[in-house]
Amino acid sequence: MASYGEKQACVSGLGQSSINRKPSVYPFKLAVEACLRAIEDAGLTIDDIDGAACWPGGVNFLGEGPSAAAVGDIKNSLGLKLNWYSSGEGAAMFAPVINAIGAIAAGYATHVLCWRAVGERWVPTYSHANAAGGPLPRVAGWMQWTAPYWAPSAANWTALVAGAHMHRYGITREQMAAIPIVQRRNAGLNPNAIYREPLTMDAYLGARMVTTPFCLYDCDVPCDGATAVIVSRLDAAKDLRRKPIRFEAVGAAATDRMDTWFARDDFPHMMMHDAARAMWRRTDLKPKDVGSAHLYDGFTYLAMFWLEALGFMKEGEVGAFIEGGRRISLDGELPLNTNGGQLSEGRLHGLGHLHEAVLQLRGQAGERQVKDLKVSVTGVGGGGFGGALLLTNEDL
Amino acid sequence: MSDEVVLSRPLPVITEMNAYFWRSGQKGRLEILRCEACGLYIHPYAALCPRCRSEAVSPEPVSGRGTVASFTINHQPWFPHVPVPYVIALVQLEEQDDIRLVANLPGCPIEDVRVGLPVEVCFEQHGDIFVPLFRPAAGADRG
Repeated sequence: MASYGEKQACVSGLGQSSINRKPSVYPFKLAVEACLRAIEDAGLTIDDIDGAACWPGGVNFLGEGPSAAAVGDIKNSLGLKLNWYSSGEGAAMFAPVINAIGAIAAGYATHVLCWRAVGERWVPTYSHANAAGGPLPRVAGWMQWTAPYWAPSAANWTALVAGAHMHRYGITREQMAAIPIVQRRNAGLNPNAIYREPLTMDAYLGARMVTTPFCLYDCDVPCDGATAVIVSRLDAAKDLRRKPIRFEAVGAAATDRMDTWFARDDFPHMMMHDAARAMWRRTDLKPKDVGSAHLYDGFTYLAMFWLEALGFMKEGEVGAFIEGGRRISLDGELPLNTNGGQLSEGRLHGLGHLHEAVLQLRGQAGERQVKDLKVSVTGVGGGGFGGALLLTNEDL
Repeated sequence: MSDEVVLSRPLPVITEMNAYFWRSGQKGRLEILRCEACGLYIHPYAALCPRCRSEAVSPEPVSGRGTVASFTINHQPWFPHVPVPYVIALVQLEEQDDIRLVANLPGCPIEDVRVGLPVEVCFEQHGDIFVPLFRPAAGADRG
């Protein structure tokens, strides 16, 4: 196995803001809160931070909306002195982390502050803006292929890919239900989760539909909140407050001839399948070595696609694997989204999954702690982009 | 379609790259970009053929026939002027499996839509833009 740069990098600090279903704290302040907590958690000072990365990109002075804090905003508030920074696109919500690993490997930085801050409750979403009436906006780029057909949401796009997969393999909504039901049970053990009351099969099957096969409980919960992680060079993190959680492998790839939601040769695969393959090529570990999975669940089916993409079962077998929820429960063979995921905790948009994976590997997950955990996998994104991280608490 | 109320849609910004697609309906047909060297159909648009890298890519009329590769019945009122539920389909063109277009299916009751349903293109005019839509093909078994 070649010596890949990620093996010399780790997560040294974690920070999360309050998670708000209703607009209550200005989203930019949530981003600052998460960043300060991550630096303190690592046992570092602000002056130790020499790199910064966030996603998505954007100019300074964001404050709210889909991205509530740009690099410049946090830099200015914390007085960071940066040798390197990035707000680049890339492997979905893991772009900051994977870019930071690259920067550390290149020697640009030692301790990189990475964050994702969402303030989508503070500002009207696309659909709310339309609901206000008035002329419809012109659309460009990817949206031109969807919005003219009144399909403006990733819920619709994911539903189209999921529908093809369900049809091909005979997967049912009763099988899908295991994911929101199990995750809601996990959220009951997570004091920070937005929705913690148990979800029953009857409630799931009786819920209002959003876009078939997705009902309300198949769609994640928009919120205002922020997550920050410190990515450090491994040898510089050995004597810090927390045990370093090492990156065993990263996956970010785009290998199909036409990488869009619908035009791939291997439809109904998505970009996550490329990312997952790329990740496994960089490690000797195998799916059987993984003790917990923290997979993007903007919609139920994305987590299902991730499970297949990562090779936990054969193509088309995810329905049978999750059915009834036993295997993906906390005491099952592959605990999934132990914090409740975005379906219950809230849409922290990817970095929430990394936050939970690291908590679990540190043994800090409280009542929902997975026993004897050594390796966790997390994957984010889906359709038009994707990124995967394999993490371990074992020494190199 | 003169007997149907035409509801407004978010319309595309027309550019050098996409005008052929959104305006070919004026000629009563659908056009898709195609590589003259290797014959690959390409959608969404590209400047070179992604298979053989030829620069000789240009719009070419297609049959307008296809099948429903997938569909979703949308219940969420994203647009208050559009009655829900409505069908959003993914139509796979007869010429090439991976040319898949998102579309609505006017003239197809929700209960009739199914994977594999044969469909054919029709157009809905919005000024100088002709939005390609699909109807069940004549004689299609709506199963």
